[in-house]
Amino acid sequence: MTDDLDDLKRALAAATPPPDPARRSEILRMAQENFDAAQGSPGAARPMSDRPWWANIGQGASTMLNTLTSRGGLAATTALVAVGFLIVTPQMRELLTPGGGADLGLREQPVVAPNWPAKLTQRRMRGEGQRADAVEMEELAPEPALETFASDDADLAAIAPASPTVSVKQAQAPAPVIAGRTRLASGAAESAVSPQAMDGSVAGYAGRLIIEQDIIVAQPDPDTEAFANEAPNPVKSVTTEPVSTFSVDVDTASWSVVRSSLTSGRLPPVDAVRIEEMVNYFPYDYAAPDGGTAPFQPTVSVSATPWNADTQLMRIGLQGELPALADRPPLNLVFLIDTSGSMQDADKLPLLKQSFRLMLAELRPEDQIAIVTYAGSAGQVLAPTAAGDRSTILAALDRLEAGGSTAGQAGLQQAYQVAEGMAGDGEVSRIILATDGDFNVGLNDPEALKDYIADKRETGTYLSVLGFGRGNLDDATMQALAQNGNGQAAYIDTLSEARKVLVDQLTGALFPIAGDVKVQVEFNPATVAEYRLIGYETRALRREDFNNDAFDAGEIGAGHQVTALYEVTPVGSSAILNDPLRYGTSDATTTGSDSELAFLRLRWKEPGADTSQLVEQPIPIGSGQPDADMAFAAAIAGFGQLLRGSDYIGDWSYGDAIALATEGRGADTFGYRAEAITMMRLAESLSR
Amino acid sequence: MRMKVSDEGLALAAAGGDRAAFAGLLDRHYDRLFAFSFRAIGNRAEAEDLTQDICLALPRKLGGFRGESRFTTWLYRVAVNAAHDRRRRAATHAKAASGWGEVELARRAEADEAAEAQDWLASAMATLPDVLRDTLALTMDDGLTHAEAAEALGISEGTVSWRLSEIRKHLRALRETEEVGR
Repeated sequence: MTDDLDDLKRALAAATPPPDPARRSEILRMAQENFDAAQGSPGAARPMSDRPWWANIGQGASTMLNTLTSRGGLAATTALVAVGFLIVTPQMRELLTPGGGADLGLREQPVVAPNWPAKLTQRRMRGEGQRADAVEMEELAPEPALETFASDDADLAAIAPASPTVSVKQAQAPAPVIAGRTRLASGAAESAVSPQAMDGSVAGYAGRLIIEQDIIVAQPDPDTEAFANEAPNPVKSVTTEPVSTFSVDVDTASWSVVRSSLTSGRLPPVDAVRIEEMVNYFPYDYAAPDGGTAPFQPTVSVSATPWNADTQLMRIGLQGELPALADRPPLNLVFLIDTSGSMQDADKLPLLKQSFRLMLAELRPEDQIAIVTYAGSAGQVLAPTAAGDRSTILAALDRLEAGGSTAGQAGLQQAYQVAEGMAGDGEVSRIILATDGDFNVGLNDPEALKDYIADKRETGTYLSVLGFGRGNLDDATMQALAQNGNGQAAYIDTLSEARKVLVDQLTGALFPIAGDVKVQVEFNPATVAEYRLIGYETRALRREDFNNDAFDAGEIGAGHQVTALYEVTPVGSSAILNDPLRYGTSDATTTGSDSELAFLRLRWKEPGADTSQLVEQPIPIGSGQPDADMAFAAAIAGFGQLLRGSDYIGDWSYGDAIALATEGRGADTFGYRAEAITMMRLAESLSR
Repeated sequence: MRMKVSDEGLALAAAGGDRAAFAGLLDRHYDRLFAFSFRAIGNRAEAEDLTQDICLALPRKLGGFRGESRFTTWLYRVAVNAAHDRRRRAATHAKAASGWGEVELARRAEADEAAEAQDWLASAMATLPDVLRDTLALTMDDGLTHAEAAEALGISEGTVSWRLSEIRKHLRALRETEEVGR
């Protein structure tokens, strides 16, 4: 009996015609043209403003690969980068937090392997796909000699496989490598790296490493995803550091990324988890502003911590006022849309078009819309048009096609130019950048881009960033751009997320009501021994920056909510982790009142104003039972810590998070909380 | 000397800007790309277009090739995605009846006995879901191993085997209905 499948294969092979020779040469010629065109715009143009230095390491390698064209140089570069990994990784191993590096799928790095824990040396074998060829370099030229090396006429045939299997017999001391790394990171290295931030960078770097090395296994093209994060905030002693300062964050991108990972059957990358963004994703029932000077109202409550009976959870909630919608000023929106080839997936450009259609229905006729694209079909595709002219706008949207391979011409500059042209008195202008991670927006130098956006921020044009699709997601740059542009970063994975971000929050996302909002909490040493801010790692401010009006911080939009959670350890609790100081002064304790837990200070500016205003209020001690909102927020914070592998939650489990979230589910009008519980269940299964 | 260079070596050189390497690479792989396209789409003109899509996108995609898997595996991954996109675009333009579906329609109009083998192929291919068709095209003749096909499709090796058994099941069902029809 013959196998049907073999029959089918034979028949199919026989039916396959030879390619048409004329068409063949035509296509090869066009491809070559594309190739030549692509050389003029190497992928290095992706700006990296404010990204942590470690996020750029892989990028640097590809930059080098792209710019060094000589064959020998290519080989030298590959080897140099490989050595960089060899020397750096064993040291980093020491610093990895338990959950930080998780499952490093490191492949074929003979020199490193013996140094890694057993688990890490279990390399995945990939059948015939595995290259056995090893490049052996007898000597590695120190970095300054790189140019010389580049002109060396190395034998391509010998080096060609350029596989990850690079063994180095005589690596020439770490010195040149470190120099190389510093050089790669230049441009973002200025963002002062504190020892504590170092931990985060290292864990982050390890995460990045998995991503670089472990192509295919996890998800399509994961090699270019980058996430912005820092090490979790540690517990701090009130006697040594009584003041905690941070900038508000109304972003929700992290929750969407976590959801997108979980629904596709993976636990999210640890660095994709930003707890404050997860907590802020959900609406809470906070008291509305009472019409005082500040356009937002703080609500503070203290209750028992679900994962630790000996500590308390202090919640600071800010509710932004919701101005009457009918009174809102006209909006000028410039959509800056990435139309590069990678955007053609169903969850990218098509979803973006649908999202904008949803949003268009919510705009008023006097609002103005313009569309600028970058990469592929370049330039302004829709001149400023009144939102009432729906057919023109929809037609322009429909014409958008993903699939260019040419770099954009200063897309961002053009968008700002268009926005400035549209601005009128009392109107709000905003650029909405939609991309899957290709920030090739025309400014190559990351610092220049950052300065450019910060400068444009002063002109009153806001910048929001919407991320689409997975695989190439450059969360780190998204965050950096939106933070510098006084905007919001959101990640859109489903149409309902688009509805939430663009329609339900249309007012908030588009109308800032308070700028540079900073939060400072001073703990009372008479009542609080230790505290820990949950989340907001990427938003930490120095204490002195609180009063420095020149220092930028987050915005609050109309109707926005911000929630911050502190885990506080009361004086005398058995949960205190730090021993008292032998030589510490006890002066502070005498001045504090026993009835106050802490003192809350908020600084904010009217949108566009230069000087800030101060709001202050004491936080009384208290320990009621948590209300539903509080229970739910705590459940999400606990969930985030579970996903990050935090040390501070003991044996609290996903099961506990599910129980607590179910308890705090409340009315849940939009079903967001029910969805969160589903995500917790998924994570619970995936973590086993 | 150039001929001795592996696909992976050429690809990395091309990614670094080497024109000749890129030309050599495409020349080496064009025919198999076209064969894959034809098998996945089932229409010669469409297959040429799909091959064009893939080739024109390659210069930009090459930057993502890191030499960690075999070049052909990586290339087929690009090809599978391109085929997927092309079908989706075709579907949105309500031209879903093209390709193997078209052949199937033509078959019904034609009663030539000599084309029977071709008939069976066309009706089998036309009724096969896209993912199964891609899997089949990848595992044919000198194509990829199951492990590599899995990598190119972004699925597990077990899923490839499962899909192939689905194709067998499908063919068996098809033969049974045809025999009943006779």
